[in-house]
Amino acid sequence: MHEMSIAVAMVEQATEAPAAKGHEKVTAVRLRLGELAGVVADSLRFCFSLACAGTPLDGASLLIDFVPGRARCEPCGAEWATGMPPQLCCPQCEGGRTELVAGRELQITGLRHADGEPPARTAHPASVQAEES
Amino acid sequence: MCRVVDLHQAVLVKNDERAGALRTELAARGTTVVNLLSSPGSGKTALLEAELALAASRGVPVAALTADLATEHDAERLARAGVPVKQVLTDGLCHMEADMLRAQLDGWLPDGTRLLFVENVGNLVCPASYDLGESLRVVLASVTEGEDKPLKYPTAFGLAHLVVVTKDDIAEAAGFDEDAFRANVRQVNPGVEVAVTSARRGTGVGLVLERALAVAAGGAVHRPVMARNGSDGVGDSVAGGGTGVEPGGVDDAMAGGVPVRGRS
Ligand SMILES: [Zn+2]
Repeated sequence: MHEMSIAVAMVEQATEAPAAKGHEKVTAVRLRLGELAGVVADSLRFCFSLACAGTPLDGASLLIDFVPGRARCEPCGAEWATGMPPQLCCPQCEGGRTELVAGRELQITGLRHADGEPPARTAHPASVQAEES
Repeated sequence: MCRVVDLHQAVLVKNDERAGALRTELAARGTTVVNLLSSPGSGKTALLEAELALAASRGVPVAALTADLATEHDAERLARAGVPVKQVLTDGLCHMEADMLRAQLDGWLPDGTRLLFVENVGNLVCPASYDLGESLRVVLASVTEGEDKPLKYPTAFGLAHLVVVTKDDIAEAAGFDEDAFRANVRQVNPGVEVAVTSARRGTGVGLVLERALAVAAGGAVHRPVMARNGSDGVGDSVAGGGTGVEPGGVDDAMAGGVPVRGRS
């Protein structure tokens, strides 16, 4: 289960990022996760909650933007959804000179910090929750 | 008030950076790493033993580091080739990482070692995400594992520079359909070479060694489709790519109505 290692790396990056300086607490981490990244989202969520415990990310939400796999054939220009397991040969000309347009993403794209100001001015938890699924 | 900061960093960027540094360091020492990935029981140790023996007989300086020894007997088998062999304990971790490999080398890896074979943890899921600083990633499957193995483990097979079929001596008994296997490999990794081997008969062993030596000599390596848009993955690093930071931005990533960039 390498999701645990990935979760630990996420916590490290979120706390060591230059942008994190001066903030005590991270309340949400946003991740772009490609269909072909080789990561199981449910497993990652579980590991993330464990990895956050006792860190400035304790209790932080994990917001995942899924990116479907897409490929393009260089010679004939066809573009298709790769699916899973991925079809990386061109369905139109059966060629193998394929370019992966999207699907391998595994990136932190944003952090939300609580700045310790009055709770009335914090983020709207409802809309954050709505992003989690 | 909350705020959101755009990071756009691949979460595996640290490992990728360490792997890239290790690749550069070893290249300066004349050493090329070959990363071997497979399921348990795929015959990886037997093939590795055959590769070491063949290399030793040809006077090619090689070494092997293994994270996947089932028994002491395996270690003895590998050591029979008379080349440096070391076992690394992963403490239950399901994969090796670049700094784990780096930590083993000082005081052990002899100067002038041409090829360093790394027998990764027996698992086709987790090790696939970690670049070890290798220049050749070899993914193995035995004839008993079924033709659909590449479709069950598309990340591992999709990122392979070379796919190796093992135990070809029992292919007929196992009812292995080589054409179907090749078609499945091609689906997830078009253009990758498939080498059919039998450690028992010694077939294909020389081919795998030749491919490794060609890469060590600076020859081109296959570039998998799956490694071509990488936010992680071995292909990027081999190609001297960046850290996985993509252009584009917070607007796109933060779409969807979550309150973002609350502070100007
Ligand atoms: Zn085409």
